[in-house]
Amino acid sequence: MSEYLLELKGVCKSFPGVKALDGVNLSLRPGTVHALMGENGAGKSTLMKCLFGIYKMDEGEIYLEGEKVTITDPDDAMNKGIAMVHQELQPVLARSVGENMYLGRFPVKKYGPLQVIDHKKMYEETQYWLDQVKMDFNPKALLGSLSIGQMQSVEIAKAVSRNAKVVILDEPTSSLSDKEVEALFRIMNDLRDKGVAMVYISHKMDEIKRIADDITIMRDGQYVGTWPASEMTTDDIIRNMVGRELTNVYPERNVEIGDVVLEVEHLSSIHERSFQDVSFNLRKGEILGFGGLVGAQRTEMMEGIFGIRNLSGGTIKVNGKEVKIKSPADAMNSGIGMITEDRRGNGIFGCLSIKDNVGVAVYNKYLKAGFVLDHPSMNKVVNDSIDKLRIKTPSMKEHIEHLSGGNQQKVIIARWLANDPEILIMDEPTRGIDVGAKHEIYEIMNQLAAQGKAIIMISSEMAELLGMSDRIYVMCAGKMRGEITEKAEMTQENVMAYATQFSDTPGTAPEKADSNQATQI
Amino acid sequence: MKKNKTLDFLMDNGVIILVVILVIVTSFYNKNFMTWSNWSNIIEIMSYRLVIALGIAGCIITAGCDLSAGRMIGFGACISGWFMQKAGSGKLYPNLPEIPVILIIILTMLICGAFGSITGSFIAFLHVPPFISTMAMMEVIYGLNLILTPKNLGGYRDSYKFFYKTSFLGIKPGIWIALGMAALTWFIFNMTRHGKYMYAIGGNPQAAEVAGVPVRLTLVLIYMKAAMFYGLAGFLIGVQVNGASVNTGLGYEMEAIAACTIGGVSVSGGRGRVSSAFIGVAVFEILKTALRFLGVNNNIQWIALGIIIYIAISLDIRKYVAKK
Repeated sequence: MSEYLLELKGVCKSFPGVKALDGVNLSLRPGTVHALMGENGAGKSTLMKCLFGIYKMDEGEIYLEGEKVTITDPDDAMNKGIAMVHQELQPVLARSVGENMYLGRFPVKKYGPLQVIDHKKMYEETQYWLDQVKMDFNPKALLGSLSIGQMQSVEIAKAVSRNAKVVILDEPTSSLSDKEVEALFRIMNDLRDKGVAMVYISHKMDEIKRIADDITIMRDGQYVGTWPASEMTTDDIIRNMVGRELTNVYPERNVEIGDVVLEVEHLSSIHERSFQDVSFNLRKGEILGFGGLVGAQRTEMMEGIFGIRNLSGGTIKVNGKEVKIKSPADAMNSGIGMITEDRRGNGIFGCLSIKDNVGVAVYNKYLKAGFVLDHPSMNKVVNDSIDKLRIKTPSMKEHIEHLSGGNQQKVIIARWLANDPEILIMDEPTRGIDVGAKHEIYEIMNQLAAQGKAIIMISSEMAELLGMSDRIYVMCAGKMRGEITEKAEMTQENVMAYATQFSDTPGTAPEKADSNQATQI
Repeated sequence: MKKNKTLDFLMDNGVIILVVILVIVTSFYNKNFMTWSNWSNIIEIMSYRLVIALGIAGCIITAGCDLSAGRMIGFGACISGWFMQKAGSGKLYPNLPEIPVILIIILTMLICGAFGSITGSFIAFLHVPPFISTMAMMEVIYGLNLILTPKNLGGYRDSYKFFYKTSFLGIKPGIWIALGMAALTWFIFNMTRHGKYMYAIGGNPQAAEVAGVPVRLTLVLIYMKAAMFYGLAGFLIGVQVNGASVNTGLGYEMEAIAACTIGGVSVSGGRGRVSSAFIGVAVFEILKTALRFLGVNNNIQWIALGIIIYIAISLDIRKYVAKK
């Protein structure tokens, strides 16, 4: 028997076009919390999904208590004593705590051939397991009436009830209040005393320092190393997370930066835990990068500016004049366009043609007699865009769902070229796009900037952020943490330091800094 | 490969081919089927069915539906009926003036449209699902009509004869009106912003919002326009049979929805054309008549219609699912 409860050795996993994991190792000692760290897209969640049987690994071995095992699916993983608290919980909100805990394995009573669910037993057992994790809420309460933190406790109670030896916690604190984090840590400490091994994925340095025993760092799908947590400083961790060679594949450009076109001051969301008190400005001809980790609320903030989300305060000035934006249509009238992150969700109209996908934002511009659509003019604009952006399609009548991701993105860009806004917000403009199309999109962005457009680019890809931006803002957990104006200052380390600055003054405990945000558990 | 193409063609046009075969078989079996009087009868019924289907198609393209159509048709038939009745003891509202027929049509459409815009407002502003919102309007309209029209309407002024008893270029005016509505709907669907916005909302409502589409206004207009079409259809039915009652149009909403889907309007939204509504209505009416001429038992006709809906929708869905 080895000293490790669980070992992963040489795990490889490829998705079409990407090697997500390349020879990753992970060794968990019993009764420890093992922090798994890395940038966005380093492969942390993918590794955990391989361990939990959601993905099938291409290569690699799993040893559980010294025995080599294979895990075929999540059910198999749970039977072997591995449980996972997901990054995005997927509970049945409209049903009770007990039903959620026993979903798929309800206790039953038998009346001859008839099996009925034994509600009494189910709720009694739920109560027992909730007591075990010291959570005192009613097992009959609807899950939807609980806070996210309480739902996580239910998930953990569920893991405990299945005698889990390994519990995976994938960014459990990303949407928790400080009190809820305390409650979670208490449960984790209890589990540690019971000999359970936990994998803890988080970006929050102070939390890692408090709870973790070991740290494993991953970078770009590769294993960097494992260290005892006590021996690592925050700087050590960041250096290991970002320490890659950057090759400059970004097109050269030389643009004159003009006057301020957009000025955002003290912008706050209606949700306390989303963006708060964010201020920045944007200049003509500039590509302004927004960096941050997942959950930094960059997308939410931009969607707030574009009128998709509600604001509780703050001002937006376009060319020095304050504008009131209540809907995307208002934003467009103020000269702002936005290419959203979720292309499939709120970008494309899958069942409509390329032409209709481009036209939808510009019908007001192509009218005859004030109300009849000017099809010939629109055809010309769409065909010009197809040529100019090199959209690969047999014709503009092709349904957009038949195009590749890169070509779909170009169609969305064509929509905004036709609309011709002064300010264009591009949220993860190259996500899910192959390298060739990526480069084409960078060139389009540079051309637009050269024409005097102002571009905001949210990017979670470090290389892209550093390579494309004239200036970079970095956000963390809804707050603006830093502005980098000099090219020389634009380093991975600097961006990462700002992106992981969860409290207002680096180094202080979060309770103090965020006490006004704490919500009742 | 060639074989596949033939098969694809057969599958893509399965229902139409089925109906063509049925027409050929029926015309051999019953000599009265291929007569002008029979077909002009089919076309007359098709005329108002088409108007209903055109109205409901807009709702379905936005991934909605309209259950209030049938009762709205009855309401429209009764409103126009009050005005169409001859002066005399049989007239329900003796004080109503004898206004020109064109004004009666406009008035009917406006009143129905007003109720439709209420339905649409609940859907657009309060996010009530279309199924529920239109069902609620169905109940409201029926009750209102029962109060306002306590007895069956009949004894119309002679001008009713104009619509289905005369002809212009060999075609009856009622049919011209239906064709005119089809042309108008084609224009709205293809040549106006409103039509394009309708497809966008049906295709992806979130993306429509982000692209600056006035989603709420468009939805209200769609349900208003649909109700105006039902009002007109109610009028056409009234003048065709020289009378109306609260039960005129009962159940027509289901047939219209079925016709649209048979013709290729996708219930998941974003897809459908004027020709879809036209084909759907034609298939439905021809099928019903052919079965009657074949001497198929009345009750079995219902089963046959149900089966046709199954076949049509399965084949239609196949076109979209296969491509993914």
